[in-house]
Amino acid sequence: MILDRSRDIGEFVPEKDDDLIICRCEEITKGEIRRAVHEGMWTMTEVRRYLRTGMGLCQGKTCGRNVKAIIAKELGVKPVQLEDCRARGPARPVEMGTFGDETEACIEE
Amino acid sequence: MNNTADVIIIGSGIVGGSAAYYMAKKGLKVLVLEKDMIGHGASSRNGAGVRISGRVDSEFGIARVAIREIWPTLSEELEVDTEYEKPGSFLMAVKEEQMAALHRSCERALKQEIEAEVIDGDELRRRCPYISEKVVGAVWYPEDGFANPMKTTLGYYKQGRKLGVRYVTGEEAVEIRKCRGRARQVVTAAGNIYEADKIIVAAGFESRALMKTVGIHLPFLERIDECLITEPQPPMFRYRLSCVDGNFYGHQTQHGSFIFGGNTNMERYEDTYAGQPRNTASSVSDKARNAALFVPALRGAKIVRYWAGWLDSTIDRLPVIQEIPEVPGLISACGFSGHGFALGPGMGRLLTEMVTGEPLCADISAFQYDRFHAEGCFGPRTNYPKV
Repeated sequence: MILDRSRDIGEFVPEKDDDLIICRCEEITKGEIRRAVHEGMWTMTEVRRYLRTGMGLCQGKTCGRNVKAIIAKELGVKPVQLEDCRARGPARPVEMGTFGDETEACIEE
Repeated sequence: MNNTADVIIIGSGIVGGSAAYYMAKKGLKVLVLEKDMIGHGASSRNGAGVRISGRVDSEFGIARVAIREIWPTLSEELEVDTEYEKPGSFLMAVKEEQMAALHRSCERALKQEIEAEVIDGDELRRRCPYISEKVVGAVWYPEDGFANPMKTTLGYYKQGRKLGVRYVTGEEAVEIRKCRGRARQVVTAAGNIYEADKIIVAAGFESRALMKTVGIHLPFLERIDECLITEPQPPMFRYRLSCVDGNFYGHQTQHGSFIFGGNTNMERYEDTYAGQPRNTASSVSDKARNAALFVPALRGAKIVRYWAGWLDSTIDRLPVIQEIPEVPGLISACGFSGHGFALGPGMGRLLTEMVTGEPLCADISAFQYDRFHAEGCFGPRTNYPKV
């Protein structure tokens, strides 16, 4: 989708619930997400890279939908126009020793 | 919307984004075309190192400008926390036969007037007690450091946009067209045409196909690059670690998580899944194993995520930076081979000087596109520096 990032989306207007935590793993608030949109972060991935939303333990599985709704509202688009929060492997956190345990060198002790 | 500008930059990574920012500061009208999202290539997916050490002489000039003149004040300039720190790095050896390479690296650094010191394993563990007994020695480089690649790249974008740089994303450049012998137009996949006096190609591996549309061949390889990230750990040490064989590097970020990367030397033979690279089977476990061997205390640290990106790699691991003599107005800034993040801010300044005609802050004569030659059998016609 072609996006001209110079499109005027209006000024940032503070809202009462801006200090509401949306991404619980990384403790990112609604206000921070809304501000990031006004600083030019117009995709889920850009907001993620800018603020760390969805980079914590749950990898966005908890807050992804909410983050998307906030960005979409700020941009005046439908949430479906934004990409999904992309979770990375591993599906749940794995110890490095376990992940790398192929050789004798890692089995020590 | 008016589709003309003074300069069109193809690619919104740290090279394109920083160039756009510095040019806008000079009052130029800049348009950036990005086929995907802002900084979606190697600028967002890299090991985050900002090192001045380990540079061949030709590349050292740009590294020096970036690391000594720009990185230290970049957070203030971009009004974003780039998380840049220079706590120093240890380039380590795990075998006695690697010590000679450490000494060579140290000697080159001293010649370049970078502070450097070879130390043995015990001295290394005295300075950083977390390091394994398996490490036999290291070079200490106090000027090396790291930063947050995503925030830095997006910071240049944010600040450039504020100065009036026009960014169009999802707009894939597919052709460069000449007018009266000069590069003039950029045609996109959607059929839009943009025009400018100067066109800068900073599109990573995709630069290769773009340059071909004006008959310029850049022999690049697309290489996969992978990292793993741990859960946040208690503060352990700030140093950046790397192994002299290139197969391991990492550090603890400001956030507390560790990032580890390094070569597997299988990269050339792996599928790069252009556009959406995926982790390969062997790489993440290889990095986890390395990390647990170098820093045994991290054996129980949990991997919270891993990712794959890709590099535009040249045979000598050096970029192509040049206004193409056959296509005036067209500037190449690609082929960074995994060195682009640290050099990026310096590249922005350099490209701005190339466009405005000011004296250049670094010598770029070694980065011409026609330096690549077939090797032949009878003598060293090519002498690619080992990086």
